Amino acid sequence: MALVTLFFVLPVLFTVWMSLHKWPLLGAPTWIGLGNYARMFTDARFFNALGFTAHYTLIVTIAIFAVAFPLAIFVEKERPLVSAYRTIIFLPVVVGLASASLLWVWLANVDSGLFAPLFEMLGLTSGRINLLARFDTAFLTIIVMVVWKIAGFTMIILLTGLQAIPTELTEAARIDGAGRWQRFLHLTLPLMRRTMALALILSVTGSILAFDQFYIMTSGGPQNRMISVVYYIFNQSFVSFNLGYGAALSIALLLILVTLSVVQLWLLKVGEERP
Amino acid sequence: MRTRREIRARKALWDRIAYHGIGIGTAFFFLAPFAVMFFSSFRPNSDSGSPPIPPWPRSGMSFDAYRALDTFGAGIGQHMFNSLTVSIGTVLLTVAVSVLAGYGFSRYRFAFKNVLFVLIIATLMIPFQSILTPLFIILARLGLNNSLVGLMLVYVTLQLPFSVFMMRNAFDAVPKEIEEAARIDGARDLKLLVRVLLPLVMPGIATVSIFAFLNAWNEFFAALVLLSSNDNYTLPVLMTAVRAGRLGAINWGAVQAGVAVMVVPCLFVFLLLQRYYMRGLMAGAVK
Repeated sequence: MALVTLFFVLPVLFTVWMSLHKWPLLGAPTWIGLGNYARMFTDARFFNALGFTAHYTLIVTIAIFAVAFPLAIFVEKERPLVSAYRTIIFLPVVVGLASASLLWVWLANVDSGLFAPLFEMLGLTSGRINLLARFDTAFLTIIVMVVWKIAGFTMIILLTGLQAIPTELTEAARIDGAGRWQRFLHLTLPLMRRTMALALILSVTGSILAFDQFYIMTSGGPQNRMISVVYYIFNQSFVSFNLGYGAALSIALLLILVTLSVVQLWLLKVGEERP
Repeated sequence: MRTRREIRARKALWDRIAYHGIGIGTAFFFLAPFAVMFFSSFRPNSDSGSPPIPPWPRSGMSFDAYRALDTFGAGIGQHMFNSLTVSIGTVLLTVAVSVLAGYGFSRYRFAFKNVLFVLIIATLMIPFQSILTPLFIILARLGLNNSLVGLMLVYVTLQLPFSVFMMRNAFDAVPKEIEEAARIDGARDLKLLVRVLLPLVMPGIATVSIFAFLNAWNEFFAALVLLSSNDNYTLPVLMTAVRAGRLGAINWGAVQAGVAVMVVPCLFVFLLLQRYYMRGLMAGAVK
């Protein structure tokens, strides 16, 4: 208990305290009140990072769901080999994001990687394309990597939701003459609202906190356009050593996350009240 | 009648072919990166810069890549040792604390019990990335910055909310009668816990351990920030140095070998203890 207090409650309060100071690594911190927050609102780069993170979160969440949902339906029924498929699809989840990023940064490398020469061989592109040099292709590579890594996790969560639906209900709907699509739209989706909300919250929170993949794969990306919020905080706190300003940004991030979670939970609650 | 049955049988066959076709296709997509990386890591030095087509070693097996990896930092053995120390330490401490806390929350009544429990669960909501800056300073004040012990303590804390929750559920599932019977037989508090209850909550402990191990082994951000000297780097931090390369040249063979070293223990632990891992995941999802 003491540990939790020491490492969670205290730091949060301490962060608030720090965010009100100009806090260099060496030397005494000076009180500047809300100065850090004022600076935050005029910091164009911070808003760029926020914008990029929002963009990334939106796209990657849609991509993950687009892959994980069909997969969950695919592995739902008990069939021969189904548990093997589940395990294989889940494998990338247990390796770290750092390892996955390293693996893919190699695969995406122009000269020594897999994709560029492979695409050239297949005649898809003329000459080798440096995937990580342009924003669009680098972004796409990261999205594919994250989907590869996370889809299995979302799949398992959605699977628990699918399996929680009583088979009697589906049977009844089938007897009543509902087609496959109708059953999916009007029965499966509404019944899975809770699970979907959970998967959504986990995916959104995880994406907003994304750091490893940008740090390792693109080091902030072409023209510094791939700096996520956590990356920016990291740069401010531990590269430029503006610890106070970093703390203020952290508080902003924390507030954004808590607000988002509350809004998502609220949406879920509202959904439950509907018949 | 016969034809109808034939048609149905044929349809079922096609159905099965389509099903396994899709299954094998997806499985290939999810497995291929691992396979390519793993095979490529055994190519000799002369090949490691060229594309992995085909990925297996063409001119004989070789451990060049692993040897090259060994020249980074303080030697791969040292860094594996660091990672293992932190991971195993995290597992042991997490299990010890969460068993005691879980037992307490499950069996004893005390003031503010529910408030405290909600507080612990609520910390799950707070992303540690946002409190890393003060953690850094607190650890520095305690003289634990750039130390594996400090990193371990941070990991244990990150693991605790989930673990305490799991262990409380595990103890809740043990019938009170067993405990009472043991009490009548003369077992007292700690002895009761260790001798009688511990074997019963073993599955919960397995789940907690595997999550603690994987998270500690894979964690990158906190390790990057909190560790500053070369000798203390855990594997993921070491690998960023390898990936950055030397004198502008990146040894991709070493990168592949390093990823293999990082990935294989995870896959091994997961495949071995898959049942417990999934249980933990389900428990989290149902909550």
